[in-house]
Amino acid sequence: MLTAILTVILIVGGAALLSWPLGNYMAWLFSGRFARADRLFIRAVGDAPDQNWKQYSVALLAFNALMFAFAFLLLATQHALPLNPDGQTAAPLDLVFNTAASFTTNTNLQHYSGESTWSYLAQLGGLMWLQFVSAATGIAALAALARGIGGQASMGNFFLDLQRAAFCVLLPLAMIVACFIALRGVPMTFEGAAAVTTLEGVTQTIARGPAAAFVAIKQLGTNGGGFFGPNSTHPLENPDFWANSLQMISIIIIPMACVWMFGRIIGRMKHAGVIFGVMLVFLLVKIGGSVAFESAPTQAFANLPIMADVGNLEGKELRLGATTGPLWAVLTTSTSNGSVGAMHDSLNPLTGLMPMAGMWLNATFGGVGVGMINMFLYVVVAVFIAGMMVGRTPEYLGHKVEGREMRLAILALISHAVLILGGTAIFAATVWGQDTLNNVGAHGFSEILYEFSSAGANNGSGFEGLGDDTVPWNIATGLVMLIGRYLPIIVPLAIVGSLMAKKRSAESAGTLSVEGGTFGTMLVITILIFGALTFFPAAALGPIAEHVTLMR
Amino acid sequence: MQSASLFERKLMAPAIRDAFAKLDPRKLVRNPVMFTTAVVAAVASVILLRNIAIDGDGLAFQGQLVFWLWLTVLFGNFAEALAGGRGKAQAQSLRATKDQLVALRIGKFGATEEVPASQLRFGDVVLVTPGRQIPADGEVVAGVASVNEAAITGESAPVIREAGGDRSAVTAGTTVISDEIRVKVTAEPGSGFLDRMIALVEGASRQKTPNEIALTILLTGLTLIFLVAVGTLPAFAEFSGDAIAVPVLIALFVALIPTTISGLLSAIGIAGMDRLIRFNVLAKSGRAVEAAGDIGTLLLDKTGTITIGDRQASEFVPLLGVAPADLVSAARLSSLADPTPEGRSIVALAGAGETLPTEAETVAFSAQTRVSGVDLPGRSIRKGAVDAVLKLGDFPPGSVLALKRITDRIAQAGGTPLAVVENGRLLGAIHLKDIIKAGIRERFVELRRMGIRTVMITGDNPLTAAAIAAEAGVDDFLAEATPEDKLAYIRKEQGEGKLVAMCGDGTNDAPALAQSDVGVAMNTGTQAAREAGNMVDLDSDPTKLIEVVGIGKQLLMTRGALTTFSIANDIAKYFAILPAIFVVLYPALGALNIMGLASPSSAILSAIIFNAVIIPLLVPLALKGVAYRPMPAASQLLRNLAIYGAGGVIAPFIGIKLIDLAVAGLGLA
Repeated sequence: MLTAILTVILIVGGAALLSWPLGNYMAWLFSGRFARADRLFIRAVGDAPDQNWKQYSVALLAFNALMFAFAFLLLATQHALPLNPDGQTAAPLDLVFNTAASFTTNTNLQHYSGESTWSYLAQLGGLMWLQFVSAATGIAALAALARGIGGQASMGNFFLDLQRAAFCVLLPLAMIVACFIALRGVPMTFEGAAAVTTLEGVTQTIARGPAAAFVAIKQLGTNGGGFFGPNSTHPLENPDFWANSLQMISIIIIPMACVWMFGRIIGRMKHAGVIFGVMLVFLLVKIGGSVAFESAPTQAFANLPIMADVGNLEGKELRLGATTGPLWAVLTTSTSNGSVGAMHDSLNPLTGLMPMAGMWLNATFGGVGVGMINMFLYVVVAVFIAGMMVGRTPEYLGHKVEGREMRLAILALISHAVLILGGTAIFAATVWGQDTLNNVGAHGFSEILYEFSSAGANNGSGFEGLGDDTVPWNIATGLVMLIGRYLPIIVPLAIVGSLMAKKRSAESAGTLSVEGGTFGTMLVITILIFGALTFFPAAALGPIAEHVTLMR
Repeated sequence: MQSASLFERKLMAPAIRDAFAKLDPRKLVRNPVMFTTAVVAAVASVILLRNIAIDGDGLAFQGQLVFWLWLTVLFGNFAEALAGGRGKAQAQSLRATKDQLVALRIGKFGATEEVPASQLRFGDVVLVTPGRQIPADGEVVAGVASVNEAAITGESAPVIREAGGDRSAVTAGTTVISDEIRVKVTAEPGSGFLDRMIALVEGASRQKTPNEIALTILLTGLTLIFLVAVGTLPAFAEFSGDAIAVPVLIALFVALIPTTISGLLSAIGIAGMDRLIRFNVLAKSGRAVEAAGDIGTLLLDKTGTITIGDRQASEFVPLLGVAPADLVSAARLSSLADPTPEGRSIVALAGAGETLPTEAETVAFSAQTRVSGVDLPGRSIRKGAVDAVLKLGDFPPGSVLALKRITDRIAQAGGTPLAVVENGRLLGAIHLKDIIKAGIRERFVELRRMGIRTVMITGDNPLTAAAIAAEAGVDDFLAEATPEDKLAYIRKEQGEGKLVAMCGDGTNDAPALAQSDVGVAMNTGTQAAREAGNMVDLDSDPTKLIEVVGIGKQLLMTRGALTTFSIANDIAKYFAILPAIFVVLYPALGALNIMGLASPSSAILSAIIFNAVIIPLLVPLALKGVAYRPMPAASQLLRNLAIYGAGGVIAPFIGIKLIDLAVAGLGLA
């Protein structure tokens, strides 16, 4: 128990501490403090004029479309390209579509095993590159949003922001993390798979490759796409306690820093503090819940005459201990990371609910940049209801929140529910989903629900236990990822664009303060009601039904 | 205007009738949530009829469900009808007044002809004789008359209306009591004050305010979210091996969507306007009422609002070398014939003394000289504004300087100095003091805690104004204020992002009234002022501005509080209905039935009954508004969150359990 608490404090507390200076650094970066770097970036794109929300969104979408097209081509033609020592063959086009969508949208849902599907060029030039630029896209969008809501006249320039995020935030951090984990034993080589003779005398093929670089950005950019199929449960991606700890901190540090960056750009560190606090409360509740639920033995042992006092060890890396499994599961789903440090399919039912809840809310730190953007939607709704309760027409940071903003915020919030619940309904009711399951009943339902939650939230982790490399799964989750990525980025930019056009009103003791505990409470309630209540029926039929049926 | 009690019996019957009339889909569609409720109630009804036809089972349960679904819609309609009903009754009496108006129109050659008021056109001139009602809004062009405006204001004391100046506007429906006046019509038929009032109290011209529109969107969005949550359930249930009956899904859906706040939403808006009307303030739009809640700066006239109208003498200050008794005597003599409150207060302060001899000649105050006084044999006494008195003759520079020192000191203390001169010799000054209204200082402290700045508008010089401002506790003042100054001040505040409220009555106030976000025109004011403002105060009491702000805030708070309550209810409803639905799929899910409801059908019925009856139960709150006390926004939020948020979570758990006991006890399900 003590170890569990200490581990949580080390990881979450450590990341929170480190996020403060990083957030400040990012705010400076996006405020143009580093003029020499900016000049370089501007020269790279020719010119970087100020953009309004529409221009910024168009630039973002156009560049992302280019990313998608490039990745699609590279993946589809990998067998004809160099750097393919293991001789990977052509991948089916639906898988290529799914994978390109998955990495472009920062989701990294993987319906394949990297080591047996993609060449090194596809992994590095296609997938790893996307892990950088898709993460940078999210951070850039947040910078634009913060500038707009903070009262600046323009949203900035997307191409400049993209380079700032990629070269000045992600790349240096990834270098540090990659070097560290490479030293701990993660391979970084262009040689093909190793063939070794084991003690038993049989020959075993051990896949390897340039994994360290891949793993570092996978964690930092809330990407989550593993180099190897089993992701971070693979010993070559996650060799020991220190690599494991650093990777967990890497998962959450930039999403945490994004909150401080937002606060610093809008000049409201106390407001950022409230948001950070609300996110942290959700995170800790989920961690507490999952660690507690996971301390019960798996139901498979229920009637066996064995000692069952170490919790559920099924699907865990025993090298890393029983706590880090559920802790990692919560961290990776609270952010939109999606790398896994234990098999989520094997978690106890209610433990499995925690990652799902993380993806349903998708704003308790969330993906790099986009987590804070999602939280912004909840803040707008909370401000609207709380604003009326203090007897004023609602306003956020001096901007009146009216019909247009409400319509857009609701659109984004509904889309999340539609993508997840709608997709789940279709696949649960048809052979598309039913024929791909390892389990029946509530657990089977959870597998479908989890897959769509993961795609909708751009998370990318898999509950697994699901034969998901089928044409319907590839197409459906590919579409869900694309819609679930761009709608919740563009819509908040549109909201801010609309708010920017209005005259700002002055603040006084009569205006709703967004800086206190009361507003924090209001925000928690809003997130619970708009984010969580929607999914309660689905949760009841999945993890909760499984729990009440199996566990006692 | 008379106030009616909340649930007056005579309002109930029409409201119930109206509740059914409002089932018309064209009317219902204005409220998307209630419209959706009606649609699914209709679907449930069709299913019920089909089941009756094929003689299916569970008809009693389904029948009750359909009954309560329709009742939910009707309750919402009833709330709106009841809120509008009071206005309708008022409108009817106003309309009766309007219909019987007859005019004596003056023709080209001066002859009068009797025509119905509806035939009057802009520019017509009418004669109004004692006992007749003024037929149309207009301006007095000739004559003076006392007018009883009780039909509009409810105040039966007559007021004077005269040609020229700021008291020339007359309103249709008011009665001339004495003398006759000629009135030039300034309103086309159908657009007069009376017509606008009828429209306002009736709610006919009530358009949704921006905040109402945004809230409606939010509620519609919630409805859509729950449509997704409930609409996907059949597929989920199918996967789990069983089907869920459609009426049960409909029950879950209706229970989750925010019917409570949607049913009460328009009632809250109407009731807010109604509160203003009963407060004798007419708002020209709901938007103006909401803006009142957002006010950041209040412009208040000093006289009548901050100070009582009259100034009182508080001190006699003689010049050096003048015997105090001489000054007192001179001041007293010069004021004996002065009938103004100021004059009387000087006499009172001076105390008993000689009376005016018969040969005394009083010199009355005039706007040109700005002095008054008295001429006695051998004594000529004058008193008046300092600069005016100094113009009366050449005084030795030493005594002028001494007088200036005294008067400056008086002005700095917030007083108004009057100089007194006798036979060309300056005697000293009288200190006239503004009396700050009792309790006004505390009001300003309250307003400041609410984040509202108060600004005093006065014609006084800056020194005097500063002193009174400090004594009254206002945040700022505008001295020697001209209408242009006011306008500029309002623009400056608005430029800083504040909403400004002011009141005014004169024609020269009109630009500032129009510029301000909440402009309350006094009913006694000119037509131009009444046109420019977005509210009219029938009592012409400038103090009311403060209450108007409170009413605006209360309106928005009521809306927010009931929204929170309505949404918070969903938690309990989930725990009532979900286990009832899912227990067939997974018997163990009965564990979610934490309220221990008797049976699945009783649980569903109880939740839907609670959902329906909560609407009429909350109607009094919607109409009266949530309790409002001035306090900072942070405390306000905490308080409302605790009452309506926490209350909204807990209340339905208790309510549904009680209803379930009754439903199970009566064997209804």
